[in-house]
Amino acid sequence: MSAVSEIEVEGAALTRRRHRARLSPASWARRGGLTTFLFMLPTLLVFGAFSWYPIFRTVVMSVQHTNLVEAPTWVGLDNFRAVINDPLFPVAVKNTLYFALLALIFGYPIPLAAAVLMSEVRRGRGLYSALAYLPVVIPPVVAVLLWKTFYDGGSVGVFNTILGWVHLGPYPWLQSQSWAMPSLVLEATWANAGATVIIYLAALTGVNSELYEAASVDGASLWRKVWHVTLPQLRGVLLVTMILQIIGTAQVFIEPYLFTSGGPANSTLTVLLLIYNYAFGNSLGGDYGMATALSLMLAVFLALFSLVYLRATRSWSTE
Amino acid sequence: MSDERPAALITRADWRRPHIRYGIGGLHFLLLVALVVAGLGPLLWLAKAAITPTADTISHPMALFPHGAAWSNFRRAWVDVNVSRYFWNTVIIAAGSWATQIVVATTGGFALSVLRPKYAKVINALLLGTLFVPAVVLLVPLYIEIVHPPIVHHSFIDSYWAVWLPAGASAFNVILVKRFFDNLPREIFEAARIDGAGPFALFVRIVLPMSKPILGVVSVFAVLASWKDFLWPLLVLTDPNKQPLSVRLPTIQSQTELGVFLAAMFIACLVPVAGFLIFQRSFLRGSGLGGAIKG
Repeated sequence: MSAVSEIEVEGAALTRRRHRARLSPASWARRGGLTTFLFMLPTLLVFGAFSWYPIFRTVVMSVQHTNLVEAPTWVGLDNFRAVINDPLFPVAVKNTLYFALLALIFGYPIPLAAAVLMSEVRRGRGLYSALAYLPVVIPPVVAVLLWKTFYDGGSVGVFNTILGWVHLGPYPWLQSQSWAMPSLVLEATWANAGATVIIYLAALTGVNSELYEAASVDGASLWRKVWHVTLPQLRGVLLVTMILQIIGTAQVFIEPYLFTSGGPANSTLTVLLLIYNYAFGNSLGGDYGMATALSLMLAVFLALFSLVYLRATRSWSTE
Repeated sequence: MSDERPAALITRADWRRPHIRYGIGGLHFLLLVALVVAGLGPLLWLAKAAITPTADTISHPMALFPHGAAWSNFRRAWVDVNVSRYFWNTVIIAAGSWATQIVVATTGGFALSVLRPKYAKVINALLLGTLFVPAVVLLVPLYIEIVHPPIVHHSFIDSYWAVWLPAGASAFNVILVKRFFDNLPREIFEAARIDGAGPFALFVRIVLPMSKPILGVVSVFAVLASWKDFLWPLLVLTDPNKQPLSVRLPTIQSQTELGVFLAAMFIACLVPVAGFLIFQRSFLRGSGLGGAIKG
């Protein structure tokens, strides 16, 4: 583009902008601006009131003392200090990391292997995906309370009965400090794996079949094709599901809340359960400052973690 | 996802080789067994235990009706434990949450995709931004907002609006619907405009009827999410007569015998499981889309 025409274009844009600036509210409405705004209104109101404003309030409340009776007072970083000095804080962080780690070990390889295998099913693939997805639609409260019945620690609990057939157990699923967390993760994996399987199945349909053909012509074995074609082609989606799973498990609440209330001996107290306890666990009125401070710390940590994660894996995912 | 897609990883020639045929075939069979046990097993056990006398379920959880069935569990749960009331509460909550989500997602998606005002970019960015904020950040301030709303000064605790309205703030829905609208053919909009259709007619007569597939996806996920929701209704609906099933179930467990409680649990599963079996395509499609959008 030559310099002259560039100037011309800029000039035209300028006149247009000046023209727009001169629009009076009446002509803005006549040109459909008002109708457009009316269509936008439900989104603006609902997100403004129930998303953007509360996000802003979290930041404000984390440096305030709020008790719903008196006007909130500014306390600086006291809430953050109180959280960090709480002896339960490191316990909750450690437990949440442990939950996330176990969830990755239990829940990351299984859906992938199942999806790769399922995508090669020749008849009745719909049945496979329906069965895999079924636990996802069961309400989490039902799933947890049902598994709580399964986990009954007596010799006549469901799992202990089944394991008794092969002379194993009885095991103290939820009663022992070392068993409780893996039991929670097992249920959570059961409840969520189906959704990941479906994501992988969708991604697998996008794998370039020419690559498979080329590999076959080169005489690659099945295992080598999975390793050198399928998995590299799924790289992007594998990275995303991993970070999503970490973000999801960092916010685990319903399992520790309903299975064990954080016990035994705080061995399943997670960060979200601690936030809940700060805000709503005390019948005398919650410490909303500490609750918002901790949720803000969690959000910032997750944001930084995602950023580092995406940076670190960028070259690998777009290779 | 059709079943007829030619398998690409394993070629036809591969399938003719016996060790692959039997090896993979065997793996597929094992996978099917595992899926039936893990996916269907717990539900089948729940169905069985819901119609088994409590004493039998406690002493022999894996036995099949050693002393006959107890259909009365369902009647006792539905009538005596008041599950009927909690069930209809759940339906009311799901219906309202569905309605707000559909209204917000379609109007917002239409404005952002078709009408495109100058400020659309800003709103798009703000919507995308909320996807990166974990839900826990909203919990406490949202609760305080419901107890002490800033402008109205009237607590919304125990009002269904406290559940219905925040449900609408799903950026995921708006972006999903907007992307669908983005892919509708623009020529049709132009033709309609030339024929004198205003934005409203365009929305109701052209865009909405063309969007049934995506509205189906948003709808099934809206109803399912509302049916699954626990923490938020637990916080804002304190009156037991207004609470949904999910919030009542832990209390029912502590107050009733096991057989009746399991019948109540089975009732709580019925709608989502039946809905899934009927609208399987929308569910599986939406789940795949979820991965695509989040990616």
